[in-house]
Amino acid sequence: MIELQHISVKLLLKEQEGIDLAALVPVFHGWIQNQVFDELLIDVADYRHVPDGPGVMVIGNEADYSVDNTDGRLGVRYHRKSVLNSSNQDRLRQAVKSAFTACLRLEEDPALTSKLRFNGRDIEIVINDRLLVPNNSETRQAIEPEIRVLGDRLFGAGNYELSWDTEPRRMSGAKLKASKVLSAGELLKKV
Amino acid sequence: MKASNTLWKEQLTGKMPEHLAREIDSFETDIALRKQGKIDERVFAETRLRRGAYGQRYDNGQRNDGQKIQQLKYPSGDLTKGPNTMWDAPGMQRIKIPAGGVNAAQLETLAELAEEYSDGIAHITTRQDVQLHYIQIDDTPTIMRRLAAVNITSREACGNSVRNITACPYAGVCRDETFDVSPYALAMAKFLMGHPDTQNFGRKFKPAFSGCAQNACGLTSLHDVGFIAAKRTNEQTGAEELGFQMYVGGGLGAVPYYAKLFDSFVPVEEAMPLTQAVGRVFARLGEKKNRSRARLKFLVQDLGIEKFKQLVLEERKVLPYDERWTSLIKDAVKAQETPLRLSGIWPAADSEDFKQWLKSNTRPQKQAGYVTVTVTLPLGDITANQLRALADIARQYTRETVRTTVEQNIVIRWVSLADLPALYAALKAVQLNAPGAGALVDIVTCPGTDTCKLGISSSRGLAGELRDRVLAEKFSQDEAVQKLHIKISGCFNSCGQHHISDLGFYGVSRKVGGFAVPHFQVVLGGEWENNAGTYGVPVAAVPSKNIPQVITRLTEKYVAERQTDETFKDFVKRLGKVQLKAMLEDLTKPPANDRSFFSDWGDPRTYGLGDMGTGECAGEVITPVDFGLAAAERELFDAQVSFEKGDPTLAGNQAYHSMLLGAQALVKSEKLGVSDDPAEIIAEFRARFYDTQRFWDPFAGGKFANYLFDAHTNLGKPFTEESSRLLMDEAQLFIDAAHSCSTKLGSLVTV
Ligand code: HEM
Ligand code: SF4
Repeated sequence: MIELQHISVKLLLKEQEGIDLAALVPVFHGWIQNQVFDELLIDVADYRHVPDGPGVMVIGNEADYSVDNTDGRLGVRYHRKSVLNSSNQDRLRQAVKSAFTACLRLEEDPALTSKLRFNGRDIEIVINDRLLVPNNSETRQAIEPEIRVLGDRLFGAGNYELSWDTEPRRMSGAKLKASKVLSAGELLKKV
Repeated sequence: MKASNTLWKEQLTGKMPEHLAREIDSFETDIALRKQGKIDERVFAETRLRRGAYGQRYDNGQRNDGQKIQQLKYPSGDLTKGPNTMWDAPGMQRIKIPAGGVNAAQLETLAELAEEYSDGIAHITTRQDVQLHYIQIDDTPTIMRRLAAVNITSREACGNSVRNITACPYAGVCRDETFDVSPYALAMAKFLMGHPDTQNFGRKFKPAFSGCAQNACGLTSLHDVGFIAAKRTNEQTGAEELGFQMYVGGGLGAVPYYAKLFDSFVPVEEAMPLTQAVGRVFARLGEKKNRSRARLKFLVQDLGIEKFKQLVLEERKVLPYDERWTSLIKDAVKAQETPLRLSGIWPAADSEDFKQWLKSNTRPQKQAGYVTVTVTLPLGDITANQLRALADIARQYTRETVRTTVEQNIVIRWVSLADLPALYAALKAVQLNAPGAGALVDIVTCPGTDTCKLGISSSRGLAGELRDRVLAEKFSQDEAVQKLHIKISGCFNSCGQHHISDLGFYGVSRKVGGFAVPHFQVVLGGEWENNAGTYGVPVAAVPSKNIPQVITRLTEKYVAERQTDETFKDFVKRLGKVQLKAMLEDLTKPPANDRSFFSDWGDPRTYGLGDMGTGECAGEVITPVDFGLAAAERELFDAQVSFEKGDPTLAGNQAYHSMLLGAQALVKSEKLGVSDDPAEIIAEFRARFYDTQRFWDPFAGGKFANYLFDAHTNLGKPFTEESSRLLMDEAQLFIDAAHSCSTKLGSLVTV
């Protein structure tokens, strides 16, 4: 069976333009001051100068959190780095849950003037390990059922589309697009 | 740590060059032994450094989070990967790119590694290397294997070894070059890697190659050994011979030294044996204990170039013959680059963007119909997707002839003029089409406080801010201003090469009203051209937040007052330090009640919180130390004025005296009645601040205090122009260190 480790989840934001990522820098420093998550949070990395880049990140030991602009799609991203000893489903849920928790925190942060909001529909899941999960049709077929279990749980079966990134040099990644809008808070409850 | 690490080893077995595979296996064993406590942490530290695995900020398990010193509890507990360096703490991996050359598969591998092990970014350094940040040490053997599989090594990328061999990125295609130095640089890289004569250095050793004397690309004057292509006619046979002007003993760092001419012509096949001989002399006689005097530049300085040369030539005579001296060159010369596409003619520029980019980012090659294209990278950063796009472009339009540059950019060589519109469109699709290569906007910066353990001020934060302002056209649009170079280092170590730019800056800290404030020392008038022909002069320490204003003021004055064809460097020289300093005087203090000055660019944390107390910035607390340090600064200033007036002797004596005043100021914080007698000041300073290590820099140790002690010992010896210039630089560093010491002592400095 294919082992899914190092899962990265990105929740696309409603507003894709006009967001001032600079405002995130002090917010992320605050996260480190208060160590707000389970992971050990270490440092802030600011890549605002890089077009379509990793945005502004909190570097952690077990995972990184960021507002990421890779591929020109702005989203809140959770990026698991350390290994989790549990089932694939547990690992997927852990990553999605962490992404939504971070997203809610940003949505509610008064310093961010509530501009930063999940669009309610788009979730991108990437498996950050080219050897465990090479990006080819075999692995895609093998892991699609796992991703569907998660998708069904979040949006309900038949209520979303699932598509794959098929460029073989990129990491295996699935995009879920829900047919109706749900808030980050609602989805967090469902994970 | 990645789940796939052990699988990669199996996967890549047999796919790596044998010697690299063995190296990496033994490193992996060292990791296991260190975990079992069977290797000392110091030994392990040098082991990993020699493989490019560097420490990073906060790896001592502590971080000032803006409110308090936070203990970072890494899961590895007490396990360390070096003194005071926690095992799990994020580190940096430096990857050696000889002469900057990378092919498409290598670009793709770098992209994969950046995504899978780092933060998605590959960073180009000021010596044509690539760095990945936030790397876990347990992943480094896999990273090294994946690199080895595409023929890249990180071996000897750090540590006391032969570092990356740099060369002009235009070598072989440049219209100004004497001949193509690339094969010689690559042969030298192969020859020196792991060579037994280069394993016992007290410090790093950096070689560089340049195709000509007049342009900047090779920067030979700031390297330990530098080779500039030269030709001569053999008097007997009339044949043309290729060789090099060979230089030794240059180097930046706290006090920059110009390399000295070793020989105006050494035949190309002598470059390797002579460098080997230099290595032997350096290993034998170079300083080993005192790290701050261990670079080759000090040995050359101490022995004098003639004596040094004599020793090297004697060593050369007894070297056993090595067939690789010639065979490596023959192999390298065979692998000459050729174009993929037919040559073309200049395309019509159909848009303003394209026109501007053609002007700033293409350079005609000596081969008609081809250009070298520069891909400008903001702060040297590139994403994985961009790297892959670049790999595609390299394959489609060239025979994968790509190189990194010391300006932290990437060049694509052998682009047919006919392909420019399509290539521009392909770059634009991934936003790699920014114009302004080598211009004001193309700022060079070291990692600084972002990731470097030694950073004092945020060089990347400042660079980001300045870049935004250049792009928003906040500085003069004058063409000459737009061509100036900005280079920034986070501290005196000068990894950002601030000495060789028109507008250079290095991070220092100053105390204002009892609180630490991030500053940059403004270094003006350095020269990038002529292989870094002139080093800049420090003019004033200015709070970080005032640096943009420094640039505005200086460039506006330049535009208003320059004489016909006067370069910025000449303008700076004509004005002289007195006028320049006076111009910036009001910017050297933060405005009252502006709290923003107490944090750095891009970093909202209160700077140096340990010293901040309640953080009030009203009211100046002036202690005798502050007065004394101000007097020291003034004296040094006068030294520079004397130097500019052509009196190196007076300048040298004043530089010495400025250090003495700095030391006296510190002593006064504890013993108000200290006299003006140099012997007493030195004895008191030594006992109170040096022996107790309170003056010591966390990384440079007692180096700066030794500047004073040495100057005191050498008192009465005549000054040359060079020795006096060096002493002034040393005095600046001593005074900077005195400021840091006074800041560190903080509340202890009470009278
Ligand atoms: C005592 C410590 C250090 C000294 C004296 C020092 C000095 C220098 C100098 C003089 C240069 C380059 C200029 C040149 O030769 O072209 C350089 C390059 C560089 N340094 Fe440092 N450095 C030190 C530590 C560090 C640290 C801790 C970092 C950050 C992790 C760092 C990052 C760099 C980078 C990125 C470069 C360009 C690198 C390359 O590819 O070789 N340096 N260093
Ligand atoms: S100049 Fe200083 S801050 Fe910058 S990388 Fe070098 S050592 Fe670090």
